[in-house]
Amino acid sequence: MKICVLVKEVPDAAVEKRMDPATGRLDRSGEKNLNPFDTHAIEAAMQVREGGAVEVDEIVAVTMGPESAFRALHKAVSLGADRSVHLSDEALAGSDVCATGYALARVLESESPDLVLLGQQSDDGECYTIGAVVADHLKMPSLTQVIKIDVEGGNLRCERQAEYGYDTVEVEMPAVISVGDAINEPRYPSLKAIMGAKKKQLDTKSAGEVGIEPDRVGEEGSRTSVLAVNPPAQKEPGEIIEDEDTNETVEKIVGWLEERKLLA
Amino acid sequence: MSAILVYALHYEGEFNKNSLGAVSEGGKLAKELGGECAAVVVGEGDDLTDDLCASLGNYGASKVFRAKAPEGLAQPVVDVMAKVIQENDFKYALFGGGLLGFEIGAGLTARLNAGVTMEVTAVKAQDGKLVAERPILQDSAIVDVGYVGEPGIVIGRLNAFDVAEDGDGAAEVIDVDVQLEEHSTKAVMVQRGEQRGADVNIEDAEILVAGGRGLGNAEGFELAEALAEALGGAVAATRAVVDAGWYPYAAQIGQTGKTVAPKLYLAAGISGAIQHKVGMQNSENIVAINKDPNAPIFEFSDLGVVGDLNKILPKLTDAVKAKKG
Repeated sequence: MKICVLVKEVPDAAVEKRMDPATGRLDRSGEKNLNPFDTHAIEAAMQVREGGAVEVDEIVAVTMGPESAFRALHKAVSLGADRSVHLSDEALAGSDVCATGYALARVLESESPDLVLLGQQSDDGECYTIGAVVADHLKMPSLTQVIKIDVEGGNLRCERQAEYGYDTVEVEMPAVISVGDAINEPRYPSLKAIMGAKKKQLDTKSAGEVGIEPDRVGEEGSRTSVLAVNPPAQKEPGEIIEDEDTNETVEKIVGWLEERKLLA
Repeated sequence: MSAILVYALHYEGEFNKNSLGAVSEGGKLAKELGGECAAVVVGEGDDLTDDLCASLGNYGASKVFRAKAPEGLAQPVVDVMAKVIQENDFKYALFGGGLLGFEIGAGLTARLNAGVTMEVTAVKAQDGKLVAERPILQDSAIVDVGYVGEPGIVIGRLNAFDVAEDGDGAAEVIDVDVQLEEHSTKAVMVQRGEQRGADVNIEDAEILVAGGRGLGNAEGFELAEALAEALGGAVAATRAVVDAGWYPYAAQIGQTGKTVAPKLYLAAGISGAIQHKVGMQNSENIVAINKDPNAPIFEFSDLGVVGDLNKILPKLTDAVKAKKG
C-alpha cells in the first residue's frame, strides 16, 4: 500500500504574518516551516506502517508551492516519509482553495495512492477544506478532523468529534483522511534522519507534467477574489496583571470580580 | 430567481441551531438579491416529516428540497446539493458553522468548480452579488472576498448567523431523487453522536471556570473544580483536553462543542484558539490566566493574568471562599 501525505510550507509561528496590501495575498516571505498540523498526518502514516495491520510499501510527502517549499519536504522526510514530490510552477501562484485542490488532485493522481493523509488545517489559511476538495476530484471517500485511525480488513475505522458527539465511520480505501492534532504526538526526527533527508529522492514536477489545465489554476483560474483587506474592529485591550507576588495578584483579581458584582 | 440554497442539518427530529441561523441569513440575503432562498435536508430516518421541513419557512426558506440519503456524512449531501443547484440554477450555497458544512461546501467547490470562502463572519449583498467577510491570520485582518462566476459557496463561522423567525410561514416541500456517486457510498457511519464521559450542564451556569492544556493533566482539573465550587459555577473544557480524555465531552466549549455566554468566564491555561473563541466570546466578563504572555486569549480577555496556575488557582479559591463567607 502507498500513502501520500500532503504537506505545506507555512510562515513560522514566531514570525508575524501579514497580507500584502498590493496583491491581497498572504505575504509568504520570511521564515518558513512545515505546517505543524501536517506533522500529525506524517505521524499517522508512520503509525499505520508500524501498526502492521497492512503492509505499507511507501510513504510519499507531496507539496505544492514555490521553490523554497523543498524545506518542508525535507522536514517531512526527516519525520519518516520515504521520498517526496514537489509540484512547483509559476502558473500556480495565487491559486485559491478551488484551484489548489484541483492541482493537488492532479499531482496525487500521478502517484495513485491507496491513502491520502493531511493535517486538518494549515497554520496560515486555517482552511479545513482542502481534503474534501481533493477527495471529490479523486472520487474517493473522505473524512476530516479524524482523531483515531484503525486499519481493519483493508478498511479504515475512523473516529472524530462531530456536531452531536463522537462518530465512528468505516471508510473503504482508497480514501482521503484529514487528521486532527489530537490524533497523536508527532515524534522528533533524529539527527541522522535530518542529515539523511536531503539525500532522499525528491521529484519536482511542473503543472504540465501532471496534466494540470493552465486555465484552472493561478489567479486566472481562481473562483474567488480578495476585494479588500481591513483591520478588525478594535476591542479595548483588557487589563493585564503580571504575577510577581501571588498574594497581591489574587487580591487584584478578587477586587476586579467584586467590582463587577461577580462574588455576590 | 433561485438565489441561495442553504444546507439544514438535523438530528433526532430537530434542526441544528447554526443551520437555522444560516437559513435566516439566506432568507435575508436572498431578498436583497431579489430572489428566493431554499433549504436542503438529507436523511434516511422518518424524522424528516413534512411539518418539520415546512417549518424552515418560518426562518426564510420558501422551498425545502428533501432527499433520502445517509446522515451525518458529507459526500452524499454533496451529490444532493450539486443536483439541486444545477437543476435550479442556484447562485450561492450557504452553510452555518460546523464540521459537515466545511466538508460539504468543500466537496461542492470541487464538483462545481466553484469559489469558496470559509470561517465567514458576515455576508453582504453588493451590486446584486454576495461578498463574504472572512477574518484571517488569527483574526488580525478581515478580507472581503467576492466570487468569480457561479455558484459561490459560503461557509460561515460557528454562531456567525443569528436565528431570526421572520419568514413567510410554511415552506413548500419538494422530494428529490438522487443517485449517489459511487465514492459517496464508501464511507459508512458505524456509530453517531456517542457521548463520552459524564453528562454535565454548562449551558445554564452563570459562572464558568474553563480549563485547557495549561492545567497540565487530568488531575489539574481539580484546581479548576475547587475554584468553580467556590465561585458557585461549573467547569468547562477545551477540545484539546476533551480529546485527551481529561474531561467529559459534555463540558466542551467551541467548534463542535457548546456555545456559552455566562456572566463570568474564567479561562485557566487556555491559549484562545479561534475554535475555542467562537464558543465563548459573548461572555460578559472574560478573565484569562495563562503563563504565556503571547497567548491569543489575552487579546480578547477583560482581565488577563500572566502567571502559574498552580500558584494562583489555590490561593484564588481560598480568597474567594473567604470573601463569600
